[in-house]
Amino acid sequence: MSLRMLWRKSVNALMLSLTGLCALVAVSVLFFILGYLLYHGGKDVNWDFFTKLPKPVGETGGGMANAIVGSGKLLLLAALFGVPVGLLGGVYLAEFGGRTVPFVVRYTADLLNGVPSIVIGIFAYAVVVMPVHHFSTVAGGFALGVMMIPIVLRSTEEFLHAVPPALREGAMALGASKWRTISSVVVPAASRGILTAALLALARVAGETAPLLFTAFGNRFWSPGWGQPIASLPVMIFTYAVGPYEDWHRQAWAAGLVLLGLVLITNIVVRTLLSRGTSPQRS
Amino acid sequence: MASAPTIAGTAGLPWGPRALIRRARSGDEIARLITLVFALVVVVLTVMLVEQLWVNSAEARHHFGLAFLFTRTWDPVFSQFGALPFVYGTLVTSALGLLVAVPLGLGAAIFLAELAPRRLSDNLTFLIDLLAAVPSVIYGLLGVFILVPLMRTEIQPALKRTLGFTPLFQGPAYGIGLLTAGLVLAVMIVPFIISVSREVLLAVPGDQREAALALGATRWEATWKAVVPYARTGIMGSIFLALARALGETMAVTMVIGNNPRISASLFAPGYSIAAVLANEFSEATGNLYLSALVELGLVLFLLTFVLNGLARLLILLTTSRGSVHT
Repeated sequence: MSLRMLWRKSVNALMLSLTGLCALVAVSVLFFILGYLLYHGGKDVNWDFFTKLPKPVGETGGGMANAIVGSGKLLLLAALFGVPVGLLGGVYLAEFGGRTVPFVVRYTADLLNGVPSIVIGIFAYAVVVMPVHHFSTVAGGFALGVMMIPIVLRSTEEFLHAVPPALREGAMALGASKWRTISSVVVPAASRGILTAALLALARVAGETAPLLFTAFGNRFWSPGWGQPIASLPVMIFTYAVGPYEDWHRQAWAAGLVLLGLVLITNIVVRTLLSRGTSPQRS
Repeated sequence: MASAPTIAGTAGLPWGPRALIRRARSGDEIARLITLVFALVVVVLTVMLVEQLWVNSAEARHHFGLAFLFTRTWDPVFSQFGALPFVYGTLVTSALGLLVAVPLGLGAAIFLAELAPRRLSDNLTFLIDLLAAVPSVIYGLLGVFILVPLMRTEIQPALKRTLGFTPLFQGPAYGIGLLTAGLVLAVMIVPFIISVSREVLLAVPGDQREAALALGATRWEATWKAVVPYARTGIMGSIFLALARALGETMAVTMVIGNNPRISASLFAPGYSIAAVLANEFSEATGNLYLSALVELGLVLFLLTFVLNGLARLLILLTTSRGSVHT
């Protein structure tokens, strides 16, 4: 073997192992994150954390019950706003669309998807908070809902396109109107995909902090109704992590673990279901 | 609107009042209109977003003009608002992030697309997708409590010993600062570079690879000289996409950048970014000019990411469509 060949072979081996190392480093970050959160937050995820209100500043103990309920309320509003708009809009794109309107809608949906979340926060502040002059649950839910729309819209369209045309034709041949075909054949056939897409979108906005800072704001107590500032897990993590108290840091870790756990479990379950449910049909 | 015969879905159908009523009764026309309204909500929201950013930043735009972008002073007390420190911090941290994330992400993408067996590649990609789902406040949390102390006690002193002669690595090691923010950003954008680059690499037609191998190229040579150049535009697209995310990233950066609106040559120095100042000051802004200056910062951020995302999508579209034509 010539020296040149030897050199080329060693470059080959070196670069190939380097790419493997890159992949290893990238993936190991996930385990670092999980490991640190379990180590620092694991012992503080207890009954108090889920059932108690935050203690007054300076006292130790207490929990984040209000933030957990708050996150739930915000996500409920976000889903009520984001899912119908995304779903029906996606039905239009996939089933009724011509050329121009779907192009414009797709383009703006992608644009909206790329807008930094803090800018979405400014938008929600301008249209929901400014007119009434106070932070509210509705404003936070609106901001998160706006973020959900493009995700649900594009994946609904994609899953509807994946429904075999034979199903549509079969229904039409039986004399069903187009709407009847869509509502009782096409959408049910894609329902699993659409549901998982909606859940993924929900998991994504569940961790969003920036758009909530000046819409839902935060609250150290329960927030009755929908018109008042409300606590949420991500904002609590932020406030507690940058705060000066040791006890806050402890709870920030615990909240981080709970939030990450929820987001990751949703992702794992949904993605596993999705890969089992759709790929054999499509290929 | 309802009588417009040019919409493709209804083109060719009989129209006129009676036919319309008949179609409406079957529900199709109503369904089409209802779903159209929901689809248009997306457009309306986006237009409103731009309009709100524009209108609410009017006062600052008139007051400071273009100088807003090039002025260094940010002093709410005296109503002096210049965006330069934030623009600087945003660009520097994003550039640092890319500097670390591009080689790492590209390397990993090459491994996943070209070398790893299918099963392994799929499983690793699954983990990378999970990594992309980790909320940014979690990265911030780890940044504050794990990376910042590590930077202060280990990494920054080491950099100072070895590279301290350059102005970039001088000054006290606070732990927080531009460098730390850049590193956190790098970790956050790597998953995006990997998953998009992997897709693009997988779309490269197989003959490209096989031709190089048949000419006697080693595996690495085939990848680096035949496959990667083919996918170049798409990879650039993935980098732009990642850059757009880095520019707009808020929480993790806010928590580690140091929040100090000053421009200093050292990467150790605390800085500030556009998104971070919005996160910290927006809800406390007093006075219309202050608020409008902040909204203008949001407008700047929006325009930056808008341009980058557009470019990225165009580039990715160019490569993936070219690849699929060939296969």
